[in-house]
Amino acid sequence: MGIDLPILWAIIIGFGLMMYVVMDGFDLGIGLLFPFIRDRTERDTMVNTVAPVWDGNETWLVLGGTALMAAFPLAYSVLLSALYLPIIVMLAGLICRGVSFEFRFKADAAHRWIWDISFAAGSYAASFAQGVALGTYINGFHVTGPSYQGGALVWLTPFSLFTGFGLLFAYALLGSTWLIMKTEGALQRRMIGLAQPVTIVLLVVIGIVSVWTPLAHPQVAARWFSLPNIIFFSPVPVLTLATTWGILRALRRDPNVVPFGLALFLLFLGYSGLGISLWPNVIPPGVSLWDAAAPPQSMGFALVGALFIIPIILTYTAWSYYVFRGKVRPGEGYH
Amino acid sequence: MFGLTALQLARIQFGFTVSFHIIFPAITIGLASYLAVLEALWLWTKEEVYRDLHHFWVQIFAVNFAMGVVSGVVMSYQFGTNWSYFSTYAGGVTGPLLTYEVLTAFFLEAGFLGVMLFGWNKVGPGLHFFATLMVAAGTLISATWILAANSWMQTPQGYAIIGARIVPVDWLKVIFNPSFPFRLAHMTIAAYLATALFVGASGAWHLLKGRDTPAVRTMFSMAMWMVLIVAPIQIAVGDQHGLNTLKYQPAKIAAIEGHWENTPGQSVPLILFGWPDMKDAKTLDEVDIPHLGSLILTHSWNGTFAGLDDFPPIDRPDSTVVFWSFRIMVGLGFLMLFFGLWSLWLRAQGRMYGARLFLRSAVLMGPAGIVAILAGWITTEMGRQPWVVYNVMRTADAVSNHSAIELTVTLILFVLLYFALFGTGLSYMLKLVAKGPGAQGLEAEPEIFQRPARPLSGAPDIVDPVTPRRGEE
Repeated sequence: MGIDLPILWAIIIGFGLMMYVVMDGFDLGIGLLFPFIRDRTERDTMVNTVAPVWDGNETWLVLGGTALMAAFPLAYSVLLSALYLPIIVMLAGLICRGVSFEFRFKADAAHRWIWDISFAAGSYAASFAQGVALGTYINGFHVTGPSYQGGALVWLTPFSLFTGFGLLFAYALLGSTWLIMKTEGALQRRMIGLAQPVTIVLLVVIGIVSVWTPLAHPQVAARWFSLPNIIFFSPVPVLTLATTWGILRALRRDPNVVPFGLALFLLFLGYSGLGISLWPNVIPPGVSLWDAAAPPQSMGFALVGALFIIPIILTYTAWSYYVFRGKVRPGEGYH
Repeated sequence: MFGLTALQLARIQFGFTVSFHIIFPAITIGLASYLAVLEALWLWTKEEVYRDLHHFWVQIFAVNFAMGVVSGVVMSYQFGTNWSYFSTYAGGVTGPLLTYEVLTAFFLEAGFLGVMLFGWNKVGPGLHFFATLMVAAGTLISATWILAANSWMQTPQGYAIIGARIVPVDWLKVIFNPSFPFRLAHMTIAAYLATALFVGASGAWHLLKGRDTPAVRTMFSMAMWMVLIVAPIQIAVGDQHGLNTLKYQPAKIAAIEGHWENTPGQSVPLILFGWPDMKDAKTLDEVDIPHLGSLILTHSWNGTFAGLDDFPPIDRPDSTVVFWSFRIMVGLGFLMLFFGLWSLWLRAQGRMYGARLFLRSAVLMGPAGIVAILAGWITTEMGRQPWVVYNVMRTADAVSNHSAIELTVTLILFVLLYFALFGTGLSYMLKLVAKGPGAQGLEAEPEIFQRPARPLSGAPDIVDPVTPRRGEE
């Protein structure tokens, strides 16, 4: 058979996870920005910009999990067992913020603050845990046969804690630029003010991760800094710098859609950089896509569905965003 | 914790999170279909009572749906976090089934939910109805895939064991495994029944409070018809499901019946009550009806079926638990049947909306469907033990190697979080129910009734139900 199923599935899962990072990224980001906005009406507006779509955004995470189980069951088992505690924290965070979408509108006025805290704290916990999981993933796992050998605290390293903080800034940038696009007036101005320092900190974070990773992992250094790779891959750092500069420039000139678009592109660049570093391992540093692949009968069966259905999903998701397009005004509730 | 092993803790954790979770999708399935029916009736008849009921129940649906989503995300990760050896071994079968669930159901629900909840004024009535239909279809498609996966674990077929893992060889056989049609029918009907009882209890509560409005009467009447028609169907389906289980999982039936051994030449009685004792391998203090066990399970006067003694102790499910959980489920099922007949009798006499004893019973029956669903799942899942994939993989071989400490900490976290959050959510749902249909309808139309700079979900400032809306003009 001429089709390399593991590669196709790696692309599909990679795409699904990127959709997740980008889409849930901006709505997690809104929770991260909550502490900086005191006014109840403004907070309502922030939540209302994502209320009709957050559930669909989170579904990409579920797809990432189940598709990993379908295509790379070994990776699903090893990664989730190794990342047990960060994942439980992430799930707890997602639960807290997910119910708050509804609860903060259903609670008595006196109790609403509880759900604002739950929304913000859940967003912080979920984002931080995802960043920690990401850092742990880059660091790699000790695997023998079908089982994970590393212990419960593999995620507790300076690097993974750093990526935890780093991801907070990435999501905060997505959240603030999303709100610049979806709101106006005082709230929009506040977001423009917040987006500037967040962009700069994020650039620093990206820089540190880009230096730290090859220093800690010689095979990553070899991937990037050998000829001719260094020429092929050089657009990634160059475009990263250019995009950051573009965001900062746009923020100074009555911004609307541009910062969000560029922020998405920045995330995409970071994501491709990660892909370049780790390819073709699905459990770094030693288990490749092909080692962890499911039986071809499983991959083939699920592939048919994925190829037919994902375009349909993208179509009606786009339609839903189109229905709720435009600025969300204070007090203009969906509830 | 309490001297429990890591395996026991992992099972408690999974059982706890899945039991909480199943409540929400069950109500979601029922309410989504109910909302689709209400919206169809509104579009067809243009009677405002249906639109008001739609706007009333859609709010309760929204809270319930959010809780279903977030508790469901946990489930999709627990197979890997807590049952990694199961996922490595059987992920090639369960993974694709769950992936299809996400692709065909979760995205469909999530993609159209926004329009369904918030798009009443953003899209035309036809498109809105289409969104509602897609959400309802999504809930049913979701049930289909997840029950295919669960049923395959109960009655596996269409696979081969190649190397150290299960390889699917015939997907049609995997999906349409022997117990799948019965489990799908039984669970879908259970969701409808549970929702009907919940809606009925809400209607009865308002009638008892003296709020005898057309909307309250309509929802109460619809719910009572549903219970009347569906309860007997459910009992018939359950009977068939039981026969299927006897054929493929005889140890489960033996445990459910507390049946240990056959006396040669004698029929099997039905043990109504008793205490199956796993240590002494017999059922204590039993109250039984001669021949009835044979009659129900073999549909013959003197038929026999395997007892627990026919299985080695290591292969026996815990009869004490499933014996009782099964009786709770069946007892509630018959209660629903009689309750439905009672409603018919009162309806025929024109007294259904005023008979206080009946209405109070209807309120009490509100959670009966949910309790029956939980009891049923405990029966079928505990009855499957000690297997995770029946006769193929033992639960003890499926569990991840986490320490008891890790599992204890996370279990405590889940218990605290679930009771606090979902307990609150349930109280919000009940509060919304208590508001009653009519008033809520206005909240769903923010452009007309909610002027800027006021809280979004509070009571509307302007209450003027005759203002024209899209769909009426």
